[in-house]
Amino acid sequence: MSSITPISGPHTRTHRSVFSIMHHVQLALLPATAFGVYLFGWPALFLLVLCIFTAWIAELFCLWLAGKLIRPSATDGSAVLTGWLLALSLPPWAPWWIAVLGALIAIIIGKHIFGGLGQNLFNPAMLSRTALLIAFPLEMTTWASPAPFGSTNAPGIMEAMAITFGGASIDGLASATVMGHVKTESTLGHGLSLSLPNGYASADYALGFVNGSLGETSALLILLGGLYLIALRIITWHIPVAMIGTVIVMSLGFHLINPEQYPGAIFQVLSGGVLLGAFFIATDLVTSPSSTLGKLIFGAGCGAFTYLIRTWGGFPEGVAFAVILMNALTPLIDHYCRPRIYGRDHKGRPLASDNPTEQKE
Amino acid sequence: MKLYRIRGGVHPKDNKAPTAGKPIEDLPLARRLYIPLQQHIGAPAEPRVAIGQRVLKGELLAHSQGLVSAPVHAPSSGIITAIGDYTAPHPSGLPVSTITLETDGLDEAVPPGEEINPFLLSGTEIAARVGSAGIVGMGGAAFPSAIKLNSSSRIRTLIINGGECEPYLTADDRLMREYAEQIVDGVRIMLHALRSIDAMIAIEDNKPEALAAIRAAAKPYRFVQAISIPSRYPMGSEKHMIQALTGKEVPAGKRPSDLGIVVHNVGTAYAVHRALRFHEPLTSRIVTISGGAVREPKNLRVAIGTPIKALFDYCGGFKLASERLLMGGPMMGQIMPSDMVPVVKGTNGVIALAKSEVTIQAPMSCIRCSRCVEACPCGLLPLEMAARARHNDLDGVLDYGLMDCISCGSCSYVCPSNIPLVQYFNYAKGLYAHAQAEQRKNEQIRELAAKRSERMVRLEREKKEAAMRAKAERDRKKAAAADKATPERADA
Repeated sequence: MSSITPISGPHTRTHRSVFSIMHHVQLALLPATAFGVYLFGWPALFLLVLCIFTAWIAELFCLWLAGKLIRPSATDGSAVLTGWLLALSLPPWAPWWIAVLGALIAIIIGKHIFGGLGQNLFNPAMLSRTALLIAFPLEMTTWASPAPFGSTNAPGIMEAMAITFGGASIDGLASATVMGHVKTESTLGHGLSLSLPNGYASADYALGFVNGSLGETSALLILLGGLYLIALRIITWHIPVAMIGTVIVMSLGFHLINPEQYPGAIFQVLSGGVLLGAFFIATDLVTSPSSTLGKLIFGAGCGAFTYLIRTWGGFPEGVAFAVILMNALTPLIDHYCRPRIYGRDHKGRPLASDNPTEQKE
Repeated sequence: MKLYRIRGGVHPKDNKAPTAGKPIEDLPLARRLYIPLQQHIGAPAEPRVAIGQRVLKGELLAHSQGLVSAPVHAPSSGIITAIGDYTAPHPSGLPVSTITLETDGLDEAVPPGEEINPFLLSGTEIAARVGSAGIVGMGGAAFPSAIKLNSSSRIRTLIINGGECEPYLTADDRLMREYAEQIVDGVRIMLHALRSIDAMIAIEDNKPEALAAIRAAAKPYRFVQAISIPSRYPMGSEKHMIQALTGKEVPAGKRPSDLGIVVHNVGTAYAVHRALRFHEPLTSRIVTISGGAVREPKNLRVAIGTPIKALFDYCGGFKLASERLLMGGPMMGQIMPSDMVPVVKGTNGVIALAKSEVTIQAPMSCIRCSRCVEACPCGLLPLEMAARARHNDLDGVLDYGLMDCISCGSCSYVCPSNIPLVQYFNYAKGLYAHAQAEQRKNEQIRELAAKRSERMVRLEREKKEAAMRAKAERDRKKAAAADKATPERADA
């Protein structure tokens, strides 16, 4: 018997480990990722590989620097997942240094400065994406139009090299996202009937044949991955439902007040990062609350901030900011939203005993 | 019957199949029995036999000490060879006072008393007989049963715990299948003692045969009901069984009797039946011997005090190396320091786990997945408690409800990072007990010091007063003497 074996029970346990959790999340991301790579071609694949590889190397370096055990942490899959999620939130044809810098920010500043796995206050991928967006607004908002493998626009491998590594201009192949477009138009005083004269092609957005971040375009595949995680009980339904629900309720409300200025719920949910954020980012185990009520509040907060930033903020998209803001509130939510303890009321006082029969003589 | 939902819980693999189908066998009497004087919660029993004395089966070896205690009886006839320290069936392996009985193989019993009808006895008398038979909670906690039959509160409902939610264990299952009528008789006697209205015998739905047997045996009695409850760990926890059956929670700091409920184990009901019908003290019990390392897992009727090695030997020894030797089930059972520790009244199973059944992995960082929060049947936040216990933040961990934790291990069971949460909580509970003992000690010292200074002041005052009185006396005498010296001027 090893001397580190604790003497108290239980002496048996489930086979689910940190690695298996990370592994299932990666599996759940696979369909949406594969679709993103298909849609945006070789540059997207380069970006994905760069993010994951850099994140992993940075993880090894930080573990080494902190003098921690390298093997269990380096193989738990968490750094790979962080790099992966970051890649999914980047413009698919972003240059190589965005990926490398982003991954370094995510792992070093986002994760290890706080003390490594489980200690970070903010979602590392979103922290990094936010930093990049503020520092490099141009690169972070240059959206390649879909150019699936086999299509005429699809860049060959050499062209892709030039896009990712050579700084080749992609202006001719880029256009604004629908949200960016609506935002710009509305600042010019143009209503929705002017900016979206043909209405909103929701089917395209559900399937994902639109421009946007690498992994956020296909609503359907993200939903599939999210439902897989809920089915495996890796995440619970509370955060996604609260977040998406809040976005729907707010957008419906404002759309009813002024349909010319405020896009409807389908537009708000299907375009941009709401679904990816709701199922894969906000549900990050480390940075979300642990109680059920806390999760509902957290999800609703993410949804509300997303809508507020999108509608009245300076950026067309607000998911990353919303998640970061709510991450900062997580310790507070955890402090106030504790589950009720058996035999106590919500304030922690013992329940009144209610034996209706009097004491024995 | 309507059942209520309990919070959290886990579904460990039950591993009951190797022993559930096997009838109870009698373990041949061991040459030496080691009978600890404290096999129960409360004060240890006080020996009343001497070394070299011959005792008969059922004879009193040590009597109960104080209000919460239980006597100990001889499981067989033989000679007392030692009274002194012997390894306790506890992970610490610390010695406890133990009577060693060298059996003579005759198994000569004390003559049985006259047969009595327990239903003609008063509740107090039944409780007294249960107490003097040395019966304690047979589910593992080993709380003296007589106390729970002599409640000062009015008890309306008697719950009989046949949950047996720990994996591997089937001792209660077999007992219910083979001795259903005797159990129901014990339940009726307890109902009579408590003057309760009805009894519910709760059995997890993974034991359909036991349920059918009890149901059949309880059929003639309308007020004894067999109830199937869902199999979910820790359903056998007293608090959670009450919640599942009645929808009520035992308020923090209170006991089930405050709700008019008392919970006893099925094994206890059987022991009550033996004690009240046959004057038989508790000197043997049913034990499950199982685990992947054991060649032929079985259920055995074992004399209290038998070293667990004899149990494994009877089961064909080990087919694989025993990685962990446990008393109790794998969720809440305790690691045994040696295979020479004795079976005690609360031993429901001894388990030898093979390497493949024990997942020993180094703990990793907490990823705050909050699976422990979902699993906790008490509504606690194990991750927050562990973080505080780790830093010796006793106030913090108490604030998060440490003393509401029942140490069921559901949190550790589900933790993907292998964090030994229960270990942290037990450690913190130890810290708390220590802090409380310190506080009591300090209070006593302060009290004594206060008394002493009070006494010193009083003594000082008394001394002064005495001195003043003495001086006054002297002055008076002096004055008197002076008066005598100067002749009185009577004519003045």
